[in-house]
Amino acid sequence: MSKRVALSGNEAAAHAIRQINPDVIAAFPITPSTPIPMAVSQFIADGKMTTEFVTVESEHSAISACVGASAAGGRVMTATSANGLALMFEILYIASGMRRPIVAPVVARALSGPLNIHGDFSDVYGVRESGWVELFCQDSQEFYDTIIQSVKLAENESVLTPVMPIADGFDISHTVENWYMEDDEAVQKFIGEYHSKYSLLDTEHPVTFGAWAPPDWYYEHRRSQLEGLLNACDAFKAVDKEFGEKFGRSYGVIEKYHSDDADIVVIGMGAVSGTIKDAVDEMRANGISAGFLRVKLFRPFPYKDIIEALKGAKAIGVFDRCITAGAQTAALCTDIRSAMYGKSNIPIVNYTYGLGGRDTTVSHVKTVIEQLKEAAEGKKIDLINYINLRA
Amino acid sequence: MAKKLSFLNKLALNKELLEGGHRLCPGCGHSIIVRMVLNTAMQEGYQPVMANSTGCLEVCTGLYPYSSWNIPWIHNAFENVAATLSGAESMYKSLSRRGKLNNDKIVFIAFGSDGGTYDIGLQALSGAAERGHRFLYVCDDNEAYQNTGNQRSSATPYGTRTTTSAVGTADPIGKKQKRKDIMEIMAAHEIYTAQASPSYWMDLIKKVKKGLKQNGPAYLNVIQPCTTGWGYDPKDTINLAKLAVDTCIWPLYEIENRRSKVNYKPKNKLPVEEYLKKQKRYAHLFTPKGKEALEKIQQLTDEHWNFLLEREQAGF
Amino acid sequence: MNNKKNFITPGCDKDGNLLGWRSVEIGAMVIDAGNSRMYETGSWRSEQPVWNADTCIDCMMCWLGCPDTAIIAKDGHMAGIDYFKCKGCEICVEQCPTKPNSLVMILEEKAKDLSLEEKTELAFSKEQK
Repeated sequence: MSKRVALSGNEAAAHAIRQINPDVIAAFPITPSTPIPMAVSQFIADGKMTTEFVTVESEHSAISACVGASAAGGRVMTATSANGLALMFEILYIASGMRRPIVAPVVARALSGPLNIHGDFSDVYGVRESGWVELFCQDSQEFYDTIIQSVKLAENESVLTPVMPIADGFDISHTVENWYMEDDEAVQKFIGEYHSKYSLLDTEHPVTFGAWAPPDWYYEHRRSQLEGLLNACDAFKAVDKEFGEKFGRSYGVIEKYHSDDADIVVIGMGAVSGTIKDAVDEMRANGISAGFLRVKLFRPFPYKDIIEALKGAKAIGVFDRCITAGAQTAALCTDIRSAMYGKSNIPIVNYTYGLGGRDTTVSHVKTVIEQLKEAAEGKKIDLINYINLRA
Repeated sequence: MAKKLSFLNKLALNKELLEGGHRLCPGCGHSIIVRMVLNTAMQEGYQPVMANSTGCLEVCTGLYPYSSWNIPWIHNAFENVAATLSGAESMYKSLSRRGKLNNDKIVFIAFGSDGGTYDIGLQALSGAAERGHRFLYVCDDNEAYQNTGNQRSSATPYGTRTTTSAVGTADPIGKKQKRKDIMEIMAAHEIYTAQASPSYWMDLIKKVKKGLKQNGPAYLNVIQPCTTGWGYDPKDTINLAKLAVDTCIWPLYEIENRRSKVNYKPKNKLPVEEYLKKQKRYAHLFTPKGKEALEKIQQLTDEHWNFLLEREQAGF
Repeated sequence: MNNKKNFITPGCDKDGNLLGWRSVEIGAMVIDAGNSRMYETGSWRSEQPVWNADTCIDCMMCWLGCPDTAIIAKDGHMAGIDYFKCKGCEICVEQCPTKPNSLVMILEEKAKDLSLEEKTELAFSKEQK
């Protein structure tokens, strides 16, 4: 039986990890994900989990140890944020290139400088090309569920790719919400045993991990690796469906909130979703045809599902919790515009929001919807718009 | 008629764990050291699991679709071999504890060169040593970043010409700094720390055995002459490794439980020139402009050697 | 002992074509570890060592110092040189303690068309007499 608890997003992650009880965790503290390794340490001290916890001296060593531990044949996890993820950058590519099914919850935070510890997608956007699956969550319940789902997804034989379940720093990680925790046994049963085909500890069948590939091989390996990542889209749908049948909650690779019949569609990811949904409700109550499309699976990008979902839209506003850094639009908006290329000529514009923990309210989103409505009617609109930024 | 087996005959009974067909330079010191270490591990009945930092040894032995390793082997990156192996060792502990693995013969061995050890990998190595993972870390010290073409490292000795401590008309010396004393750094972790040379192979083998017996980390610093970077005839790899010891440029010693022991004291300590003159990287020292630097190398060598003797005598 | 013909060349299908992306081992793992034994490095040589079993004392110093696993050890004893692997570095010759040397280098050019017996004859005839 599941039980209703009132705990923070970090605690949700920590409990998911406790129930997964991986063979090895290697982690290093960094705000705002620090409470996760703290909780792991306490769970182990209290005899509530039996994981081997490697208290490394940096995030670089955390992910490096994860790669070594995973190659040694067991289930491996870590957790990090922001600069920690940036320090892992090099090894994230190696982890995915070596097809290690590591699950690393990331509590998304702004990257320095200036130093800022609050919610922002600069870190997870920065590593979106690293070959990891990226799953954005909108609340603690989803963070908890997604971490459990991620284990099964990463270890799927057609995928064998590391997975990053993502929650906004503070907005989710440090916010206490009510959510349902499943039974330990039920979680264990859902994820099942992990059997690695090859292992460093199998001295009878020695395998070489991490050979380098010259120009006549690198390309083939990258293409082969991509296949595993692309397979994650359908594999996630299957895992999510099974999770729904078992626990009564499922999410899909995208969530359509009144978007099917909406003229104005706002697109976003993560914790801002609740705010956007409230704004959509209010605008709908005022007779405006607004909807919200939430992208949960960001990598691999489920563009087919998104194109299908945006068929009726007359104007689209894409929320990015990260500055464009010189691109025409920020990452999610660029992907949406790319997906919609040749499908329609409707305005698709970008809204930068929430940088470094800046607040985004229902009234901000309502203003966006009003702007998009005018744009749909032909009024000129800027390609990039900044929500709640002082001029 | 069966001949009587000597120590080396017995060692040669073991299956070679590092295969030939690797792409290391002719005469490379890396594979000589690796073979000594792995054959010793085999001799002792262990099953080695190895991690390798990025470098010559790694690129020449793990070049897809080829591998020269008859043992489980992993390469991750340049600076993280100790962290990578600490992960594998932790998985070993976890799976053993959880009853999913039963093999008490496995030993963990890391190979890094001086770049991956003294410099970019020092943090990961220090962390792994402090955490007490059971592994033997072998640094094949070739005194520069040889894989990228002989750039200076913190292991490069004073007065050495490398491609980033160049010698020219305005600079007759080359590297201006002394080498980093990695032995003291590793010994400060209170782990078994030893320095060895492939030329004194019995000593090296003893140290490998001792390192593998530790119920925690052990560090072995091994001189690895590099034909290409140092500039000498490939046949002289072991000869140079011997001269380095006989000139006391590379003393054989070990530190254990905060006590040091000099394992070999040459009866006839050779002048450093004997070692330096055989290498192109020191050719500039044998010109009038290089005389001062040459004298300084002798002085630095003597200072360090005397320090080791005095410390040993003092009981530390 | 290192006959390429007995093996499918690593990374190739049985017709000798390089594998495509659908066929490569995932994660660039090498499952057939140790397969560099099939890669010839003997072609790198300009000189090759030749062994004289008659003067050899089986001390194995050549075996110990060989960087290329090219000294053949049979039941722990020196049994010759693996020319498929040997890169001709000459360390074995340097390490050989016998007088005269039980290993000497001869030019690859001179050795290439000779049988092992002929090579031995060429390398040691002078020294033995």
